[in-house]
Amino acid sequence: MSDVTAEVTVSVPLAASAVPGRWRLLLRRPTFLAGAAIVLFWVVCAVFGSHFAPDSPLAQQLLLTNTAPSGAHWFGTDSLGRDVLSRVIVGSRDILVITPLATLLGTVLGTALGLAMGYFGGAFDLIVSRFVEALLALPAVILAFLFIVALGPSTTTLIIVIGLIFTPLIARTVRSSVLTERHLDYLASARLLGEKPLRIMFVEILPNVLPSILVEFTVRLGYAIFTVASLSFLGFGVQPPTPDWGADIAYGNQNAALQSGYWWQMLFPALAIASLVIAINLITDSIEQVLSS
Amino acid sequence: MTEGPAVEVPAVEVPALEVSHLDVTYRVREQDRLALRDVSFTIGRGESYGLVGESGSGKSTVALALVRYLPRNGRTSAGTISIRGQDVSALGSAGLRDLRAHTVSMVYQEPTKALNPALRVGRQVAEAFSIGGMGRDAATSAAEDMLRKVQISDPGRVMRRYPHELSGGMAQRVIIAMALAPNPSLLILDEPTTALDATVEAEVLDLIAGLRSSFDTSILFISHNLAVVAKMCDRVGVLYAGEMVEEGPAAQVFAEPRHPYTVGLLRCIPRRGQRKDQGRLDTIPGYLPSPGHSLSGCVFAPRCALVIDECKAAEPPLFILEGSTADSLRKSRCYRHEEASSLPRAEPIVAEVATIDAKDEPVLVVEGLSKTFAGGVRALTGVDLSVRRGETLGLVGESGSGKTTLARVLLGLTTADAGGVVALNGAPLAPDVRRRPRSVLRSLQIVFQNPDTALNRRHSVRSLIGRPLTRLAGLSGEAKRERLAELLASVRLEERHLSLRPAQLSGGLKQRVAIARAFGGGPAMVVCDEPTSALDVSVQAAILNLLADLQAAERTTYVFISHDLGLVRYLSDRIVVLYLGRVMEIGSAEAVFAGPHHPYTEALLSAVPAIDGMHPERIKLTGEIPSAASPPSGCVFHTRCPRRLSTGMCESTEPPLLEGEPGHQIRCHIPIDDLRKIPAPSLGGSQ
Repeated sequence: MSDVTAEVTVSVPLAASAVPGRWRLLLRRPTFLAGAAIVLFWVVCAVFGSHFAPDSPLAQQLLLTNTAPSGAHWFGTDSLGRDVLSRVIVGSRDILVITPLATLLGTVLGTALGLAMGYFGGAFDLIVSRFVEALLALPAVILAFLFIVALGPSTTTLIIVIGLIFTPLIARTVRSSVLTERHLDYLASARLLGEKPLRIMFVEILPNVLPSILVEFTVRLGYAIFTVASLSFLGFGVQPPTPDWGADIAYGNQNAALQSGYWWQMLFPALAIASLVIAINLITDSIEQVLSS
Repeated sequence: MTEGPAVEVPAVEVPALEVSHLDVTYRVREQDRLALRDVSFTIGRGESYGLVGESGSGKSTVALALVRYLPRNGRTSAGTISIRGQDVSALGSAGLRDLRAHTVSMVYQEPTKALNPALRVGRQVAEAFSIGGMGRDAATSAAEDMLRKVQISDPGRVMRRYPHELSGGMAQRVIIAMALAPNPSLLILDEPTTALDATVEAEVLDLIAGLRSSFDTSILFISHNLAVVAKMCDRVGVLYAGEMVEEGPAAQVFAEPRHPYTVGLLRCIPRRGQRKDQGRLDTIPGYLPSPGHSLSGCVFAPRCALVIDECKAAEPPLFILEGSTADSLRKSRCYRHEEASSLPRAEPIVAEVATIDAKDEPVLVVEGLSKTFAGGVRALTGVDLSVRRGETLGLVGESGSGKTTLARVLLGLTTADAGGVVALNGAPLAPDVRRRPRSVLRSLQIVFQNPDTALNRRHSVRSLIGRPLTRLAGLSGEAKRERLAELLASVRLEERHLSLRPAQLSGGLKQRVAIARAFGGGPAMVVCDEPTSALDVSVQAAILNLLADLQAAERTTYVFISHDLGLVRYLSDRIVVLYLGRVMEIGSAEAVFAGPHHPYTEALLSAVPAIDGMHPERIKLTGEIPSAASPPSGCVFHTRCPRRLSTGMCESTEPPLLEGEPGHQIRCHIPIDDLRKIPAPSLGGSQ
């Protein structure tokens, strides 16, 4: 008899390392790799761009204004004779500082609020939900616009304002994830151990809704890039002469670059914005698919 | 294979289904895994064939392969399937559609999920006929006829309903009606009654048995429930790890199994009224090999106590047993099939049980407990009961009877109506768990039905088991480590399980973690809410043994909720029968099973199919459980009671709980002496 049991202990089936396997799956997806490569490229530009950009993004060459893309200036120059390529490379810096921080702020606050709404429910949820819906009725750019006009543009203001605007959006997603967890027995089990609400929310529920928060974070990151670029375009984001994609498009626009045929002054910053947003969406899609598989 | 002389065999008949040497592989993570290996069986015209096995045995894969419904990563890698002589693998898409529409029908486990929620029932049933080429009006009237044949008394009304308006049993009848629409030559039933209550299951099984005689249909009946298969099938095949290990006439296989796996499986089930003090249940040690296992030799060898060198060296063939005749062939894939029944027990037979002292004050007292949910749904009405230390109180009743609500009220997870009392060791408890002190929390714990949702899937076993020690027992540091090791040993988990997450454990191991959690604070009482209904038979036995051992060691009190009367009888000292939130009968386990019975208890008992094939005449319940929002007047059971009095008393007045023998109370107007005269339905061929 004993030798039977002995063999048994060796053959316990284990669903071999279920968790890390998922992330390995992510690395096998070409869409994820493509997205990650683009994001990585822009991160490198943001950090080291000023070292490898062909020119200083601020250097004006008044004899070489509005030159078309050439061997000397791959992306051409703008109306002040600044190298567009260098401005695009270095222009990634502010947007890559502001958007992740703003999204992170929004995600942290939104997660806390969403957990509380989902967990407590009742009147608290009802009131906060109505407030959230009211905010959702206004476009994010308009809201941000209002605050920044009032507070004056700065990097910190942008981060805080965009973060606060995202908070209710993220809270709503987190809340609905919490609601699907709420009736599960492990929460009853936690209550039977006398656990306090804070612990139930952050230690019991949070790890289980983390995947959907991760997806929400990446989705919002894409939106944040659009929002920051739009604000800069409108003149309420990153301020000239600091190189910035949105501001550069606006600058080109002011100088009627398109009408004059200087398309490169607007096209390249626009492509930069598009590439970053698309890259982030590719990453989001891959994460979503891997998590749901 | 020996066949009788040709003269005796009538004209060679094409069998309804012939599966030969079937292999099915699933491609998982770029590897081929064999899910079925060399499976062969034949179902004759009009024959009912049962396929039994635990989860992972491949029984549902067989069903899917038959109609080429395997998931995208699965394929039939060898062997042939022919239905009525037609090779299924050779069919093109038109032929396949034709086969599924006219020749084979399937009925699945979850009847409500098999119906389209957006369409009226009538339209869905009629569609099954119009696929066969019937016009719209003809299809509608054919649908009505068919619904009548599946004993739906008012088909017109049912046809106008949407699926969510049907009860589970009614929905399954509708599905069966749809399945029978094309008059199929093969009907595949995959766990058709697993999601249903015992009384409803009995009705559906009766219906299927009755329909067999009026339709010329062969049946493939797939189930994990041996008793159901024993009742329904002429022949049975036992699947283990994707292989057919034993086959033969159902009655013979269950009465005298000839493969050690079948022998073990039958021993895992409490039978013939077995009780915990009469001995532990036997278990099958070890685990099912994972799919795509690469064992040489017999698949069951690692778990078999009869294993010899030969078993490990080469895969045994399907032996044809001596003494079996051509029309009742018996096969076993075991070298030692002659001695299979001599399989030594994996568990010692001697059982220790907790002592119950009648002089003890009750641990738990419940008085006048009622619970009304929003909308006036009365889940519990005036429940009184008490439980002594070391005692197990079994709670039985159909779904909707209030079992789980009672459990949740005891634990404070649901707040009862004002006025009721729940007292632990003489002290009344706060109705809300959040207001109960730590000493109460540690004394009153629960083991939930489904460990997948009861354990936080993001926490490790170490924190799942360790947390109650911190919270309830107030331990930390070395003391906590010691207690953790002790607890781990007492639920038979190992040190290496501690770092794992629930998803990395099998169902049985998960339930052990849940039990360890409940026992962490040294509880006086544990509520077990269907603790084994999500588990396989062989795992269930081990969990029941564990619960019995823990009770014997700690004199823990249990409230044991189960729909399986065999299990309740095995584990319980006293039993409460609930119906629509009322106690209908309460008494010692022997008294409740031996009678006199409440008519509802009688119906529950007679609905249980027996493995041994002794099927008592059932007393049948008519209709469905009434809504708890508007319970019937008088005795709540009168709408379904087969023994309702003609005096009209049952309709007008609620009967009191009357005591016959001391401690055995029945809520019925029929005098107990009259109830006593009714012969007792026997459970599992007992007595």
